[in-house]
Formats: sequence, C-alpha cells, structure tokens
Amino acid sequence: MSIASTSVIQIIPRTRRGVELLLLVIAIGVSVAAYVNIGITVENEIPASTGYYAAGISLLALIAHMALRFRAPYADPVILPCAVLLNGLGVAMIHRVDLGLTAIGRTKGVPFAPQQITWTAVGVVLFLAVIIVVRDHRRLQAFTYSLGLAGIVLLILPLVPGLGANVNGAPIWIRVAGMSFQPGEFAKVCLVIFFAGYLVVKRDVLTLAGRRFLGLDLPRARDLGPILVAWLVSLGVLVFESDLGSSLLFFGLFLFLLYVSTERAGWLIIGGLLFVGGAYFAYLSFGHVHRRVTDWLDPWAIDGGQVKLGLMGQAWGGILGRGLGQGHPEATLYANSDMIISSMAEELGLTGLIAIILIYTLIIERGLRTALGCRDIFGKLVATGLAMSFALQVFVIVGGVTGLIPLTGLATPFMALGGTSLVANWAIIALLLRISDQARRPQTPAAPVSDETIAMAVQKQ
Amino acid sequence: MNSAIRRLAVAAIILMLALMANSTYLQAFRANEINGRNDNNRVRDSQFSVNRGPILIGSTPVAQSKPSNDRFKYQRTYPSGPVYAPVTGFYSYRFGRGGIELTMNSELNGSDPSMAFRRIIDVISNRPQQGGSVTLTLNAAAQQAAYKGLGSKTGAVVAIEPKTGKILAMATTPSYDPNRLASHDSAKVDAAWKSLTEDKDRPLSNRAAQELYPPGSTFKLITAAAALSSGKYTPETKVNSPAELPLPQTTVPLVNEDGKNCGGSNNATLTIALRYSCNTAYGSVGLALGPDALRDQAAKFGFGARPLAELPSVATSQFPGDPNEPQTAQSAIGQFDVRATPLQMAMVAAGIANKGEVMKPYLVQNVKTPDLKTVSETKPESLHQAVTPQVASELTAMMVDVVNNGTGKPGQISGVQVAGKTGTAQTAKDRPPFAWFTAFAPADDPKIAVAVLIEKADIARDDIAGGRLAAPIAKSVMEAVLSQ
Repeated sequence: MSIASTSVIQIIPRTRRGVELLLLVIAIGVSVAAYVNIGITVENEIPASTGYYAAGISLLALIAHMALRFRAPYADPVILPCAVLLNGLGVAMIHRVDLGLTAIGRTKGVPFAPQQITWTAVGVVLFLAVIIVVRDHRRLQAFTYSLGLAGIVLLILPLVPGLGANVNGAPIWIRVAGMSFQPGEFAKVCLVIFFAGYLVVKRDVLTLAGRRFLGLDLPRARDLGPILVAWLVSLGVLVFESDLGSSLLFFGLFLFLLYVSTERAGWLIIGGLLFVGGAYFAYLSFGHVHRRVTDWLDPWAIDGGQVKLGLMGQAWGGILGRGLGQGHPEATLYANSDMIISSMAEELGLTGLIAIILIYTLIIERGLRTALGCRDIFGKLVATGLAMSFALQVFVIVGGVTGLIPLTGLATPFMALGGTSLVANWAIIALLLRISDQARRPQTPAAPVSDETIAMAVQKQ
Repeated sequence: MNSAIRRLAVAAIILMLALMANSTYLQAFRANEINGRNDNNRVRDSQFSVNRGPILIGSTPVAQSKPSNDRFKYQRTYPSGPVYAPVTGFYSYRFGRGGIELTMNSELNGSDPSMAFRRIIDVISNRPQQGGSVTLTLNAAAQQAAYKGLGSKTGAVVAIEPKTGKILAMATTPSYDPNRLASHDSAKVDAAWKSLTEDKDRPLSNRAAQELYPPGSTFKLITAAAALSSGKYTPETKVNSPAELPLPQTTVPLVNEDGKNCGGSNNATLTIALRYSCNTAYGSVGLALGPDALRDQAAKFGFGARPLAELPSVATSQFPGDPNEPQTAQSAIGQFDVRATPLQMAMVAAGIANKGEVMKPYLVQNVKTPDLKTVSETKPESLHQAVTPQVASELTAMMVDVVNNGTGKPGQISGVQVAGKTGTAQTAKDRPPFAWFTAFAPADDPKIAVAVLIEKADIARDDIAGGRLAAPIAKSVMEAVLSQ
C-alpha cells in the first residue's frame, strides 16, 4: 500500500462477535442460575436435569453464535443474547410451573420444559437454515406474492375442516400427525415480507398527494384499497378465528409499514379510525370480544377468571417478588403459556418484570436500528415490520396480562410454552440478524480514486 | 423513511413504558388491596401454611391452629364452636374469613407491620413465619351463660363492663360451628356453607351487632334521659298518661300494652310510667321534647355511629331522620323507624351504669407475638358523656324501681340490686313481637351491663314480653359475672 492511501480516513467496521459471546455467556449463566435456584427452593436439591438444561441451552446458543461468526459476521451483537436469555428464562419458568402443577396433582402433559427445550432446538435449526440459505435478504423480494399467498393460506388453514383444532377456545390451531401448530405465527413472517415487497413497488402511487383536509394529506380514494383489504382481512381473522391479538397484529403491522414507506401520517389516522371502528363493531357483535372487554373492565367479577388469577399472582409478587420457586404460579390458568408474564412477575416481582420488558425493548430498538441502517428500502421495511411485530406482540400480551388492555391470546415471544411460536420467533430473529449484517457490513470499497480525479471534481465546482 | 422509523421507535418505547408504568401501579400500589381480597386463594394458600396464632379468652384458646398433614400444614379448630362463633368468626379456604379472624387477620398470621421485626428475625434464622395471639375481653362464664340462656330461641345477648367498655359476652342464636367451615375437606365445607347461607334463620349473621331491631320500650330509657337532661323534668314530674293518647294528624291513638291507663293514673310520674312501661306517658314526653332532642340524646349513647370496629359489618343504630308528630310519639317508645342493635342497647345501659359516661366498646384485650411480647394493649376510651352523673343516678333509681316493683321483676337477683328495663317491640301483625331486656348490676357499683333480645321463641304470642322471656337470660349472665 502506498503512503497516499493512508491519508484516507477509514472507519473500520467491527464485527463485535466477541461482545456477543460475552453477552451470551451472561445470558446462559442467568438462565442456568434460575433453573438451579428453582430446583433448590422447590425440591431442596440441584435438579438432576440441570446438566441437560445447561448443556442444551449452551450448545444451541453456541451453534447460533458460530453460524453468525461464519455467515453473518457483522450482525447485531445484542439481539441473539437477548433472545437466548428470554428463551432460557422461559424454559426455567415452564419447569417451575411443571413442579407446581405436579405438586397440586395436575400432571396432564407434565413435564412441559423438555418439550420446550426440544422446540428451542428446532427453532435454532430454523435459525441456522435462514442464516445459511438466505445469503441476502433482498432475494426475498422476489417471493413477495408467493409469500403473501402463503401467509393467507396459513391464516385460513385452521378453518379447513379436519385440519383445524380448537385449543382453549380459539380455532387458530391445526393438528397434523398428532402435533399442534399455530400457523398464524408463520403467517406473520410471510405477511411482513409481503407487505414490504408490495409497498416497495407501490409506495410512489401511495405517496401521491391526494386531497388536503384539515391540514392532512389524505390519500386518494382508490389508493385506500390496500388498507381496506388489510382491515377486512384482519376483521376476518377476528371473526372466524376469534383471534383478537393476531387481528390487531396484522393490521397494525400493515399500517406501520404503510406509514414508513409513504411517510404520511394521514394513513395512520385513517387506519387508527378504521381500527377503532372495527374494534367497536367487534365489541358489539361478538360475544368473545365482549367477554374480553368486560373481563378487563371488572376482572374480579369472574370466579377463577384468568385475568383475575393473574393479577392476584402479580400482586402477590409485589416489588421484589416471592422468589423463584416460592410463589404459586400454578394457581393461575395457563401459567406457562398465555400467563407466563404473570408467573414471572409473581416470582421475580416488579423488578424482574421490568427487566424482562427492557430486554424486549432492547430487541425492538435494535431491530429498528437495523432498519435505520439498512441501505435498501425492502430491508428497511422488513426489519421495521419484524421489530414492530415484537413491539405489538409484547404490548398486547403483557398489557393484557397486567390489566392495561383486554387480554387476547397472543404468545409471549420466546417465553411462552408452545413450539410454533418459539420456532417462528427464532426465524424472525434470524431474518433481523441477516438484515443487520447487511446494514453493518462495510460498503463494498469503491474503485480507487486518484488525486487527479479529486482535483478535477474540485475545479468543476 | 428514517424519520418515520425513528418515530416508530419512539412509539415502541412509549408502549413499553406504558407497560412498566401499569405494572408498577399494579405491583407496588394496588398489591396490598389485591392480596387482602377474601377470594385470593393464592394468598390464603400461603397463609394456610403459616402457624396462625390463637384467639384466646384468658389463656384458653377459642380458635387455634393444630398441625395437619393433609393439603395444608395446619388445621384451624374452634374448641367451643358455636358459642364463640359470632366473635371469632371462621377461617375458611373457599369462603374467606369472618369476625376476629377477618379483622385481626394480619396479626393472627404474623404479617402485620407491628410484627415486622420478629418476621425479619424469623427469616434470618430460617424459622417459619408464626402468627401472633389475640386475647379477647370476653368472660367465659358470661358467654356460656348467654349462649345457654338463649338455647333454642332466636336472639342475641351482649354484656359490657360499664367502666371500661370491655365486651364480656356476645352471643347469638342460632349459631354455627366454625369448624365445619375451616375443614380441609372442600366438599364438606361447600355443603356446610350452602346449608348455612340457605338457612332462613341466618345462623352466619351476628344478631348481637350486625342486625337492627326496633328497640321497643327499652328506648324509653333514652326518652327519659332526654327528658331529665332537658331540665324540665324530674323522675317525679307527672306526665299525661291516659289509656289512649290521641295523636295529631292521625286517627290512630297511641295505646298502652294492657289497654289501661298508667298504673291507675292519667297523670303518672316518669318513674311510675317507666315501672309499667306506659306508652302514652313516654309518647307524650317525646312529643313535648321533639324529635331533635331525642335524636341528640340517642346519638350521645352511640346511635348514628358505627360501634366496634373490631368486628366486620357492625350495624349503625338509627333514630329516624325527620319524623312528623305521630311518628315522633312512636319513636319515643322505640317504634316507628327507630332501629338498634343489642350491642347499642347494652351501651345505653352501660352508659347509665357508668355515671352517664359511655365507654367505647371493645373486644380485643391485647395482641401478643408468639414469644408473648405484647404488641398492643387496648386502653378504655370514653365515647361520650351521654347524661350528667345526676341524671344517670336518677335513671338508675328509676330502673331499680322497674326491677323491684314493675315489669322487670324476673330480672331480680337475690342479694344484688339490679337496674333494668323491659321492652316488647311490635313488628308486623303476623310476626311475634321482639322481647328485650336491658339491665346492669349491682345498681350502686355496676360490674356488668347487659342487653338481651329474643327475636323468636316457641311460645304463645301473648306470653312474649321482655320481662318474662329476656330478663331471666340477662339475670343468668349477670350472675355468672357477679359470682366470680
């Protein structure tokens, strides 16, 4: 290299994989400590399964880490450790609830924790697949419409007779070969990619100024098409699958991406009004929505109600919590799935719950930061969509469990018991990391620029 | 696009902050309220594993926890069951708590802030949490006499130590056995709860303090107190006491129980009128004094305020708000809308007995930690000076006359001077009247004041009178205390 080239200031992009490894060690340490703590408190001994648990979670985290080292070295270093920590704490709490359920003689399906570890493995395999197969996220744009179709099909699968299964009152499951899946979880990923691909193409049309009304640039009536379709589809999900949470999630995601791609707040206002209208209509028309709302307004009225039991668990936890293994999370219905946040709040207290919310916040903000740094519009939209899907999901489920909003059946990302959701979330994390690798990767070096060219450029000015 | 993404990032943070704020409100500020809920099984589960302290009378437990090796570590038992049930209440997994078990819950399970230091020591030394003991003011002999005296009748007894306000007896019938509700066999508890709540005689209700009754002629004590306090009357003042007292604004006159005038006189003295419990005499006194004077006097004895915070849902006795003249005359003899608890009427007797000073009634003598350190000790507290000592002694003399020469004869105790007042409160035509007797003894140095109410007894309607039905019970309760 000549001396001249050293005069060019170079920012050396850093991969930060070492930081990621350190954070992973901490995440694994916290998870294993929680697991051991539960064993000591509940059974007075370090559980025999500690080795299995510790080895499993370490191995899976290490595999994911190595995949990033070799295939996406510039990927964000914070996201993976956050996911591992949430997943690890989730398994520990599921184990805790297993012990609690056994203690009160409800052994159906127990233990659930090994299942969750198995699903974590499946999730990490999918994570690897995404990191290895999807070399460049921009390739996904080619599958815009196929993925859109796949998303819709996945959404209506539970309605196919013989395939659909009604679990806990919501027909959002399918049962194949004795196993249950919640196709909506994958529909979410497909639809985010579809929305992004669609909006990349249509954003110019949608940005065209329509009428100005009350200081707002409203879109033209015919451009309202996509938002109305999204609204109707989400209402359909709500009506036919009684799935309030997913309905809000899909519509919200579409709205957010529409807003980001057009930068026009008018869409948010129209969408918000449509949402309020749809929600009110649903409240008036559907018994299950009405029940959710009344249960939210007065959780104490229903004897043995899910929300009521959860609120009691959280109150019992107080500020510092009962301590792992010292509460009664099993007294709440679905303590290891829908209500796992309440179980956490009971044993880890407000302090622990806020820490968990902050970990989610980190993932969300890291995801949005990826979107900011991403150089292509498609990637920006996909990253925004995936990050905001976390935000919405966490808000809806945690808000429901803590009594901020009516409770709807969404899975708590990475924590709740349930294979589909866990695996889908690992796929989402993989996609986010893939995009962040592109965003943080150094630009392909431009052709060497000679001093003469620079001189000419200066003279032209 | 980036500015829109940045705005979404801010929006996401706001959503997360909203979650944290709401959880903080729930777990830091609303937690106590939710933990205290009666239907909170989670908290109860943990409380069932605590060695809950006993409820004592002297050193004898009337509620205690015994080790149990079923679902829970301890079984709550009530050695004398129904006798003390209206005070101890019950401690049930499914149906919550009642009585002292409810109001002193945090002391009994050891979670009260006053025991915080002890709890920290327990945690450090790895000892399980243990609850404190609550000692009641009840007198075992008086309580047994009251419960036995009520027998199969429906009614209530309250006895108070006039000088302090200590409640010596509080019994109600029909009662219930709290052991049935404290059982760990939930099917049995469910069945017991169902039969108790569906029972028309409401055995779970503490008639002594939670239910209001027309006090009938026992209210004449308050009318007399108001009259004497007004300065316009003495016990020897003659008042209008015909067989029938015509009332303004109505054609229905006020009549005496026996349909005759007052002891042969149309102008009996207040003392004679009380001796024979003449309605017309006290009705006309009430009319002359007016409703405000009556209400004020009643309030000084405790009407209109909730006595005894140590028990849940204690009823507030009432004098009607704005009675017209016939209603005032009716109210002056404890009819119309006047409503009182047996506890309130015992407070009236105790106030007169204690030289006119009504003491605040209380049930809890003290609270102690498991290692017998006193956490709190209740001190007697004055509620009101209801009447002057002079008026109190005039009223005492009139009540002595009632027992010696009048309707209160069945309340006499040989060798002890009793002061008392009977009452027979009419309710609906198809329902038997309520029989009352309120008294204190010895008249010159009162040790006990008592009120007895009989709501229903299996005897002929004509035989129901405060003197015959209620006075013997009051007598046996007073004897139980005086013979100690």
